[in-house]
Amino acid sequence: MTTQILTQTGRPAHEEEREAGRFLFSPWHLVLIPLAVVMLIPMAWMLVTSLETLNETRHFPPVLLPHTLAPGNYSAVLRQAPFARWFVNTMIVTVATVAGNLLFCSLAGYAFARIKFFGREVVFVLLLATLMIPFQVVMIPTFIIVKDLGLINTLNALIVPNLANAFGVFLLRQFFRTLPVELEEAARIDGASRLSVLFKIVLPLSGPVLATLAVITFLWTWNDFLWPLITIYTPNNMTLQLGLTTFQGTHQTATNLLMAANVMSMLPVLLLFFLAQKYFIRGIATSGLKG
Amino acid sequence: MARVALHNVTKQFHGGTLALDDLSLEIADGEFLILVGPSGCGKTTALRLIAGLEKATSGTIMIGDTAVNGVSPRDRDIAMVFQNYALYPHMTVYRNLGFGLRERRTPKREVDRRVREISTILGLDDLLKRRPAQLSGGQRQRVAMGRALVREPKAFLLDEPLSNLDAKLRVQMRAELKRLHAKLGITTIYVTHDQIEAMTLADRIVVMSAGQALQIGTPQEVFSRPANLFVAGFIGSPAMNMLRGRASARGSADTEITAGELRFTRPGVPAGEIVVGIRPECLAPAPADATHLPGPAQPTLDLEVDLVEPLGEQALVHGSVAGTAAHSGAEEEQSILAEPSSRAPVTAVFPAGSLPGPGDRVRVRVDPGRIYLFDAATGEAIW
Repeated sequence: MTTQILTQTGRPAHEEEREAGRFLFSPWHLVLIPLAVVMLIPMAWMLVTSLETLNETRHFPPVLLPHTLAPGNYSAVLRQAPFARWFVNTMIVTVATVAGNLLFCSLAGYAFARIKFFGREVVFVLLLATLMIPFQVVMIPTFIIVKDLGLINTLNALIVPNLANAFGVFLLRQFFRTLPVELEEAARIDGASRLSVLFKIVLPLSGPVLATLAVITFLWTWNDFLWPLITIYTPNNMTLQLGLTTFQGTHQTATNLLMAANVMSMLPVLLLFFLAQKYFIRGIATSGLKG
Repeated sequence: MARVALHNVTKQFHGGTLALDDLSLEIADGEFLILVGPSGCGKTTALRLIAGLEKATSGTIMIGDTAVNGVSPRDRDIAMVFQNYALYPHMTVYRNLGFGLRERRTPKREVDRRVREISTILGLDDLLKRRPAQLSGGQRQRVAMGRALVREPKAFLLDEPLSNLDAKLRVQMRAELKRLHAKLGITTIYVTHDQIEAMTLADRIVVMSAGQALQIGTPQEVFSRPANLFVAGFIGSPAMNMLRGRASARGSADTEITAGELRFTRPGVPAGEIVVGIRPECLAPAPADATHLPGPAQPTLDLEVDLVEPLGEQALVHGSVAGTAAHSGAEEEQSILAEPSSRAPVTAVFPAGSLPGPGDRVRVRVDPGRIYLFDAATGEAIW
C-alpha cells in the first residue's frame, strides 16, 4: 500500500502533463493499444453474443457478426427473470453500503486523525492488520453473526456487515491529517463541537477523497458475488450478480440471455466509470487494491 | 470584555519540552498586551493555552472572574486570529463571518445584522459573496479579524496576524489594528516576534524567552529601561551595540568603566565584569574639534566603517570598534562573516548628509548618560 494519498489535496502534476500532451503520440501507445484491445475483446464479444440467437452462440468458431440481430434477448431476460427486482435490490444494497461507509468511515477516520485517546495508534494498527485477512477466513464467523441477527436471506444481510470497512477508515484518516489543523481549531474557538467541525468544516473540504471512497465501495458492492451467494437464496431477494447465475443451468446455459443480462447489469458501473474515472484511478493508485 | 490572567502557568509537552515555565501575567480589561520574543520562546503556546487549544500542565488561567482550565475552547468566549488566517475555504466571506454566531444558535436576523455591521467597520461590504481564495492577503486578514470580532468576545487573541503580509501592507494593517482597538476597546493579546509591531501597538509588552517573561512593561519602559541583556538586545532596531567591559572602584562612590577605548565613570556600580550597551541612535559623529578632547566627560569611539545603509533621512553605519563583543542571546542569527576577535561590531545611526564610506575611520561620540550597564555574569541591568 502506498502513502500517495498525502498529496491528494492538489491536482497531481502528472494530470496536467497528460492534458497538455493528450494528442501526442508516445512509444508507449504501441504497448497500450494492443493491451486495450485485449481488454475490450471480451466486452465486445459479450455485446455481440447478447444480440445473437441461441444457435449462433453455440457455433464454432464463434460468430463475431450475427446474421440476424435478436434484440428480443433483452426483453426475454426481463420476462423470464425478476430482473428489475434484482436491479432494485442491488441498488438498495449498494446505495446503503456507500452511504454507511461514507458516514462511519468519516467518523472513525476523523477520530483516528484528530482525537487523542488512549491506545489510538495500537487500535489503528490492529484495524489496518485486518486488511490482510482474506474474506474467506472471516466469511463463516460473519455468516454466523448475521444468522444470529436473523438477517439471513434479507437485503440487510448484505448491508449490515459492510457498513464500514478498514480500508475506508484508513483512506479518510490519511486525508484528514493533511487538512490544516488551524481550520478545525478556528472552528472550535468559534463554538463548533467535534461533530460540527467534522460535518461543517472537514467533510466539505474532503470532496475528492469521499468521492473516491464512494466509487470504490460502489464497485465492490455492485460486483460482490460470494457473500450474496451464501446469504441469499430466494430469487426475489437476489442481487444482480447472483441473479445472473440463474441463467446458467445444470444441463444447458442460455448464453445469449446471460450476456444480455450481463450487459444490462454492467451499465450502471460503466456509466459511473465514465463519470468518475479520475476517482477510480485515484482509488486504485492510492490503495494498491484492485477495484 | 474581561480581564485575563495567568497564574504560575507551566506547560510541558509530551516530548519533555518545557514551553512555559511558571508564567504569570495579568491583562487588564480593554488592554492591548503583546507577547514578544524569538521563535520557540513559548509566546504562541501561552496564547493557545488561553484559547484552550492546549491544556496547562499546572497553574491557573482566568478569563473574567472564572478559572477556565477545564473549559473547552467553545465555552471560553474568546476569539482568535491565526497566522494563516484559517478562513474556511468552502464558505463565502459572509458565511465565514457568521459561522461563530450560527454555531451559537444566534437568530438569523441578528447574525445578519452583526455580520453587516462588522463588514462595514472593516470595509468588507463588497466582498461578502466571495470565497477566501478570491481575496488578497490584506482582505483575508480583515475577514479573519472580522470573524473574530463579530462575536463580541471577552478577549481577542492574535497569533502573528501580520506576518503573512508584505512589508507595506503590514505597516498599513498595523495602524488599522491600533485604530480598531481604540474604537472597540476589546481586551487583546497579541503574539509577534517583530519588536516594531510590539512597540507600536502595545499598551504593555511582555518580552519572553525560554518560556519565561523576562520583562513586562510599557513599550517605553521596556525600551529605555531594559531589565536585562536579552531584553536590551531584543527590543530596538537596529539592535543595541554591546561591548564587554570592566567596572573598577575609583575613590569612594565613583566607579570607572572601561570597555575597549571607552572610558567613563558612573557612581554606584559594583566592581567586576560588565557589559556596556549603547543604542545605535546614541552614537553620533563627533564634531571635528572633539577628536582632540577624548575624556570621560564625552567619551568617543574610533569606528572603522565597513558598510553604510542609507535610509533617506538617516543611514545605518556598520563597522567595528576596539574591544570585545558581547552577546545578548537575542540575536536572530550570528553574522555570516566572522569578526576579528580584537574588534567588536557596532552599528550607528547617522543623519544623512556627509556619510562616511566603507574603510573610513570616524570618531563617534557617546552620551555617557545613555549608556546601559549589565552584569556580565547574570545579564541583569545595573542602574
